[in-house]
Amino acid sequence: MRKEIICTVCPMGCPITVTGEGDKIEEVAGYTCKKGLEYAANEFAHPVRILTTTVKTKDEKNPLLPVRSEKPVPKEKIMDCMAEVKKVRINKKINRYDVIISDICGTGIDIVATGNY
Amino acid sequence: MLEMKCDVAIIGGGPAGLSAAVAAKKEGADKVLIIERDNALGGILQQCIHPGFGLNYFKAELTGPEYAGKFAEEAKALGVECILNAMIINMLPVEKSAICVNEEHGVVNIKAGSIVLAMGCRERTRANIVIPGTRPAGVYTAGAAQRLINRQNEMVGEKIVILGSGDIGMIMARRMTLEGAKVVAVIEIMDYLAGLTRNRVQCLDDFGIPLKLSHTITKIVGNERVIGVYVAQVDNKKQPIKETEEYIDCDTVLLSVGLLPENELTKKAGIEVNPITNGPIVNQYMQTASEAVFACGNVVHVNDLVDNVTIESMKAGKYAAQYVMKTRVEAIREVSSITGDNVRYICPQKIVITKENEKVRLYFRVLTPEFNVVITVSSNGVEIAKKKAKRVNPGEIEFIEIDTVKVQGEEVTVSVNKQGGAGLCAKK
Repeated sequence: MRKEIICTVCPMGCPITVTGEGDKIEEVAGYTCKKGLEYAANEFAHPVRILTTTVKTKDEKNPLLPVRSEKPVPKEKIMDCMAEVKKVRINKKINRYDVIISDICGTGIDIVATGNY
Repeated sequence: MLEMKCDVAIIGGGPAGLSAAVAAKKEGADKVLIIERDNALGGILQQCIHPGFGLNYFKAELTGPEYAGKFAEEAKALGVECILNAMIINMLPVEKSAICVNEEHGVVNIKAGSIVLAMGCRERTRANIVIPGTRPAGVYTAGAAQRLINRQNEMVGEKIVILGSGDIGMIMARRMTLEGAKVVAVIEIMDYLAGLTRNRVQCLDDFGIPLKLSHTITKIVGNERVIGVYVAQVDNKKQPIKETEEYIDCDTVLLSVGLLPENELTKKAGIEVNPITNGPIVNQYMQTASEAVFACGNVVHVNDLVDNVTIESMKAGKYAAQYVMKTRVEAIREVSSITGDNVRYICPQKIVITKENEKVRLYFRVLTPEFNVVITVSSNGVEIAKKKAKRVNPGEIEFIEIDTVKVQGEEVTVSVNKQGGAGLCAKK
């Protein structure tokens, strides 16, 4: 199988072609850096995305706190993760990078704050 | 009237103002004061909760709040002071003062040694692009919707059409989809994407959101609330083709149709503004035509990466501090940077020549996309810098570095030509 991938690691957007079958990658062409090679290989077998969203707080003046997945989560689990994040309501002091949800949807990845509350 | 004194006064506490403040402090300015109209520092980055910031500067992929947070903390640690919820209503470049209004202090006269303009930009609205139709509720600029959704917990609609394929528009397409809305289409009048390709991949393609290039909204329909829009393909003169018109059902229209540097203060103060960038004309020290006034970030020209804003703003802060401390190398003369083939604008527009050689980066945007080009800088018809690029794109700022010692004439001209083509271009 051949897959045309546009790298999203940086704004360059290099067009990369990956050839392989399932988890087995035969050839990667068109990348211009190490991160691009890694991205294309992942994108071929297991596409992942960083999830960024907000969680609700109890403060009317600052009703939302921005959060992110510490590492990229599997692309197909993005909507499941969103549903989990929506359940949270913050009512205590939070610093940037404090864990808001650990191991979200069994991915082994934490949702952390990107701001302070 | 209350009076405040400082060495460097910075108007705006977004990424440009924060970076300028940090650099001014590090250069040795004693009292650095940021005046910010919002209730917190960080500017627009506070609502840009998505990742993609800092890849160049921090070598890590940060979100807007993280990027802004790091600078706000550094500024605080260095002893930068700030007034929040404060609006500058007038700036006097010769007197080096700014009049500010604030709920707590009333009208304040801020007296400074130098001033840094870091007001950023604002979005073009429906009025700027004149879309026909009724004037119902439900038409937002993408950034306004972003603030409502990401900071104020207000959802703007359920069925969305986005006009313009700028980065904010595409990022909002993803954001609204994650929050449960249906984005029906992204409409772009040009035949190419306005924003970065990576945003099309992860914001539109990931969620199956259709992108209609060479299309525009011909009419907005609805009385109290938007109920739909008419969309048509455009010809090569950007005129809608009547036969292609179709109706799309939606309750919300987001506009992502460009940004305008916010230069009311600059113009009112009589500081010269470039008609292409809509920002003040600056030299490589980010100094405007008024010597005590410096400018940086999106108020000078709209950037595509905050990392570039940071680098440019650090220069503004550094030289604004040097101006106050009188530590700058004396200028011998000043030359202009001129746009040659396929160059829309250059920043800085002026280059100061001193007795020392200086490496100056000329940042520019091209007029049309092109592959395999050679970028040249000439002065008095002599080539003084040259580099090759695989690809240039109006949506991405390019740069080329020159040595000031090589500048012979009264100007330097930047040109972008196809490799093996015209080569050194004639002066315009």
